[in-house]
Amino acid sequence: MSAVTRRLPRLWWLGAAVLVLLAISVLRVVTGAEDLASSGTVRATLIALVPIMLAGLGGLWSERAGVVNIGLEGMMVLGTYGAGYFGYHYGAWAGVAGALLMGAIGGLIHATATVVFGVDHIISGVAINIIAVGAVQYLASLTFVGLPGGGQTQSPKLDNVGSITIGPLSDALGEVEDQNIFFVSELAAVARAMVTNLSLLVVLAFVLLFVTYWVLWRTSFGLRLRSTGESPSAAESLGVAVLRYKFVAVLISGALAGLAGGFLAMVASSNYRDGQTGGRGYIGLAAMIFGNWRPGGLLAGSGLFGYTQTLGLRQGGTSVHALLLAVAVLAIGLAGYQLWRKQVRLAVGILVAAAALITVYAAIDVVPGDFVNITPYVVTLLVLAFASQRLRMPAADGQVYRRGSAG
Amino acid sequence: MSDVAPAVRLRGIGKRFPGVIANDDINIDVARGTIHAIVGENGAGKSTLMKILYGVQAPDSGTIDIAGTQVSLGSPADAIKHGVGMVFQHFQLADNFTVLENVVLGAEKLHGIGSAAREEIVRISDAYGLGVEPDQLVEDLGVGARQRVEILKVLYRGAKVIILDEPTAVLVPQEVDELFGNLRELKAEGLSVIFISHKLDEVLSIADEITVIRRGTTVATVDPAGTTSRELAELMVGSELPSPSTEASTVTERVTLHVADLGLPGENRPLLEAVSFDIHAGEVLGIAGVEGNGQAELVEAIMGMRPGATGTVRLAGQDLTELSTRKRREAGIGYIPEDRHRHGLLLDAPLWENRVLGHQTRKPWVRRGLIDRGASRTDTQRIVEDYDVRTPGVDTLARALSGGNQQKLIVGREMSGDPILLIAAHPTRGVDVGAQAAIWGHIKEARRQGLAVLLISADLDELIGLSDRIEVILRGRLVGSFDPGQVTPEQLGSAMTGAGGAA
Amino acid sequence: MTNLDPRLQKIGLGLLAPVLALVLAFLITSLVLVLAGDPVGEVWSTLLGVPAERNVANILNNATVLYLSGLAVAVGFRMNLFNIGVDGQYRVAAFVAAVVAGEAWLPGAANTVLAILAAMLAGAAWAGIAGVLRAKRGVSEVISTIMLNFIATGLVAYFLRRVAVREEGSNDIGTKEIPEGSRIPGFQIGEGSTTEVYGFIFLAALAGFTYWFLLNRTRFGFDLRATGKSTTAAVASGISVTRMTIVAMLLSGAVAGLVGLPLLFGDSYSYGSTFQSGLGFAGIAIALLGRNHPIGIAIGALLFAYLDEQSNPLQILVGVSPDIVAITQGVIVLTVVISYEVVRRYGVRLEQHAVARALEAGRPTAGDKEEEARA
Repeated sequence: MSAVTRRLPRLWWLGAAVLVLLAISVLRVVTGAEDLASSGTVRATLIALVPIMLAGLGGLWSERAGVVNIGLEGMMVLGTYGAGYFGYHYGAWAGVAGALLMGAIGGLIHATATVVFGVDHIISGVAINIIAVGAVQYLASLTFVGLPGGGQTQSPKLDNVGSITIGPLSDALGEVEDQNIFFVSELAAVARAMVTNLSLLVVLAFVLLFVTYWVLWRTSFGLRLRSTGESPSAAESLGVAVLRYKFVAVLISGALAGLAGGFLAMVASSNYRDGQTGGRGYIGLAAMIFGNWRPGGLLAGSGLFGYTQTLGLRQGGTSVHALLLAVAVLAIGLAGYQLWRKQVRLAVGILVAAAALITVYAAIDVVPGDFVNITPYVVTLLVLAFASQRLRMPAADGQVYRRGSAG
Repeated sequence: MSDVAPAVRLRGIGKRFPGVIANDDINIDVARGTIHAIVGENGAGKSTLMKILYGVQAPDSGTIDIAGTQVSLGSPADAIKHGVGMVFQHFQLADNFTVLENVVLGAEKLHGIGSAAREEIVRISDAYGLGVEPDQLVEDLGVGARQRVEILKVLYRGAKVIILDEPTAVLVPQEVDELFGNLRELKAEGLSVIFISHKLDEVLSIADEITVIRRGTTVATVDPAGTTSRELAELMVGSELPSPSTEASTVTERVTLHVADLGLPGENRPLLEAVSFDIHAGEVLGIAGVEGNGQAELVEAIMGMRPGATGTVRLAGQDLTELSTRKRREAGIGYIPEDRHRHGLLLDAPLWENRVLGHQTRKPWVRRGLIDRGASRTDTQRIVEDYDVRTPGVDTLARALSGGNQQKLIVGREMSGDPILLIAAHPTRGVDVGAQAAIWGHIKEARRQGLAVLLISADLDELIGLSDRIEVILRGRLVGSFDPGQVTPEQLGSAMTGAGGAA
Repeated sequence: MTNLDPRLQKIGLGLLAPVLALVLAFLITSLVLVLAGDPVGEVWSTLLGVPAERNVANILNNATVLYLSGLAVAVGFRMNLFNIGVDGQYRVAAFVAAVVAGEAWLPGAANTVLAILAAMLAGAAWAGIAGVLRAKRGVSEVISTIMLNFIATGLVAYFLRRVAVREEGSNDIGTKEIPEGSRIPGFQIGEGSTTEVYGFIFLAALAGFTYWFLLNRTRFGFDLRATGKSTTAAVASGISVTRMTIVAMLLSGAVAGLVGLPLLFGDSYSYGSTFQSGLGFAGIAIALLGRNHPIGIAIGALLFAYLDEQSNPLQILVGVSPDIVAITQGVIVLTVVISYEVVRRYGVRLEQHAVARALEAGRPTAGDKEEEARA
């Protein structure tokens, strides 16, 4: 079964994206939830998706080198401050650099603790989350108090990095979107979001996703780095400097998580604020697990979680309500598949769940926001519980490695 | 022996660990284009020596010459640079990587990580008849194929000297033959092979020269042509070759353990199939077999540690089949596990807690669900004295004890639970000669007291010397029953490999 | 050190590690202060002064809460389970207890007892999800408890809105107030303080004693610790690891269920949207610092509570943000783990030498100890 995922066709993600969009189109027509794929929703989804994806990318780098990183949240927190401080004093791109730098400092602590001193990865992550929150509050009151608009819990307003708008195209696509043509409008909405006020940081994030894939899976540096997460003793027996690769991986992990925080401060909002990350580091971790420790899967996971988050924010009760129906239909399909595989009991179970979903869909008009918010976590738990045999985490993930353990 | 410098020359190699001498004054010459075997008992210091030669550990003294030049090997990378490659006993492969990825890892500079590397792998594979496909995932490969990947890894790096650490331990006989074929090809190409083993027959059949290591030092280098395995064995253990021997039979008519039609499904083939036997009170049943043929599974199935096992297990008339491990122990099973660190001890707990382990439901140290520390301490002290466990006290952590003393503690503990059946899996593996003799004594004593003993061992002399009856296990089935009074190690050996007919 | 009684030596080593950790954390925090240009001396003299009498009650109250949190984490640690979900567990439990106590189906103290039991049950159930997932599906309890924390937040927020009553003159919502007869009375210490110490502190002490007794004196505790030290050896000795995993998580969750109760029964009397959160992570730090020992955890909890309380006037007195203490606390988590490991290895070496001396009569052979040198 893992062999199947490995032999996915090259452009599977493109096909998947079209399918998802098609499904959403159908859903819109059936339920009349107009906001499911408006260009506003798409844009907001991008904004919500990027920090999750960047945090997940951070997790990917670290865990591919065998270091579990639940300090992502803390590193993001450090990143928000880095963007706030450097962004205010030296301009938007300095803010980006500051976010990367502060996140990398978090990574440095994690790397030193786990790789050099052999501290349990979870403990170190917890410590970093505690330290980071304390550190930024301490630093904020040290550096932002007295600045215009700044204070103990927030930085002054920050400049944003540039964004891309192709005016005429945007308008034209907007017209198409408004026509409400099946699928075409949805396609136009997505395209419109891409050419209207598209932040350069969003572009950068997607470039980083691709670069990550290329470096980790297409270069010898990446091969070595991944080998330290799969079998560090094998790597060391072949002369790979295991600890060095792990160290570097965790540093990069921290920088990416920091950038995720910077994005929150600079693009998703316009200044550093205390508590800005709101657990997105953990969602990033969840997205990475959902995505089976692969960049493509991570993108799918962040997309899903970002989308639900967006719907939750945009008075999405109705939209999520519509999604319930979609999930129910999916479940019926899945039940059919299981029936075909002669897994009768499983199929019946899934059918019951689908029936329950449809009942809920019929019984209520709006899904409470609290439930929308917990969707990513529930989905991740379900994936872990019922598809864990399809998940393939790096074999030596989370294990402390000491030099000289080869053989 | 020859005019050209030897491929490897070791002189006066020494290595100490805190309080222990692992290697002391090791001297070996490996000639070019030969297979040089290094034999010794488990724990004689072979592995340490190989780690030194491969740069994993640095020697405290001595010199290493490779092809006539003195080298210093600070890391595996140094060793690779000097043309030394190593195939570890526990394969060093990333399961989730392809063969290609595993091979090029660390040697990307040679042929990149793409098609050039793929071609080179295919070329080497064809040249030495290894039959390795570069794009297969390692996790899909069998044991023999994995080993060939390991050898290919070494060749890919242009190694001139290949070290194989216990390469046959995990192989079935056909795979051993294939491996030996591969090794002869390597030799023909002028490569030197260092072959580490404690299986004397294999060594005698493949090696051009044999060096024997005992207690960390080289004691002799011999020519296999003029040597018998008996002579090698004596060199390995020293002049005082301890030979276990059973006194007059104590076998009774009472069946203590009755195993019927025991089975255990595995992924490809059953791990155990239709295993049936009885052990009587006062009888030692020895199980002989090449490692990995179901011995460990048999023991764990009897202990109730293997979910999915089928068949019947009865102990003195009591049906154990549906019972948990704990209930089975309570019914009167003493268990000396194969891997004492993993299954026998809590390394980071004091001895008196280790004494309770496995007997958590027994009086007097556990009463009404409470642990009585005093009673346990007292009884641990008794075991320490009766079984000659060398320790400063019962509060010492188990980790601090030597292997032999840990094992004596386990034997003492398991004998103290009033068992009627003792399962002893490799009871003397990795312990010193003194402890070995003591443990043999305890097993004989158990037999005299009327216990039934199930003895698993890879040491045929131990099996023949202690058992009243020997069953041979092959691919999860019992394939032959022998009388240790009449059988020779050679006969057992051929039954174990499935070569000879069974009685 | 080598001539000491081994037990004394063990205690000495046990104390060395936390002291080393605290000193290191002290140095690192000082370094941060120096780099930031804050007055190091004044900060420490404020922090490390003798607490004013009126603050002692606060310290004890905070310590009570932290102690329970540390205890909950420690139960898991003893079995190598990482319960990161204390946060979610006590949140669910405190909410359930608040609803039960607020409804007051039983009179007076009976109501209190019922609510406490309900809290323990709720906490256990919430942690039990992670336990079952771990035991039956092999899901890492670290990840599942993190997810469950967020799910708990969402669910409790939702149900709170369903059952809530609005507090007068405020936007906060909360559960019904616990009737006076069902509250747990506090007591005053000293003259100058108006703050009462939670009566729950005695229940916390009782929980600590129970924890110690259960783990160190009973067969169940032995099984639990054995499983934590070596799963494989536990299985071979007849322990069902699946069962122990679930039971340990249930226990950990039950203790976690108590974490919010001192506040509930001694201070807030209802569960509202402003109920204190984030106590679970501090529990991890405290369990580590106290080395899973009930007294050690108590000392750790007192230390953390003391630092928190003493940091309050920092802003006013020396113009430094009190959040510096969070940095110290986080750093302690790291240094404590590192120093325990260093001290542990030193201890093992000492012991091996002792064994070698005991063996001097019989010469140790080369091979015999080889494998152990690798360990």
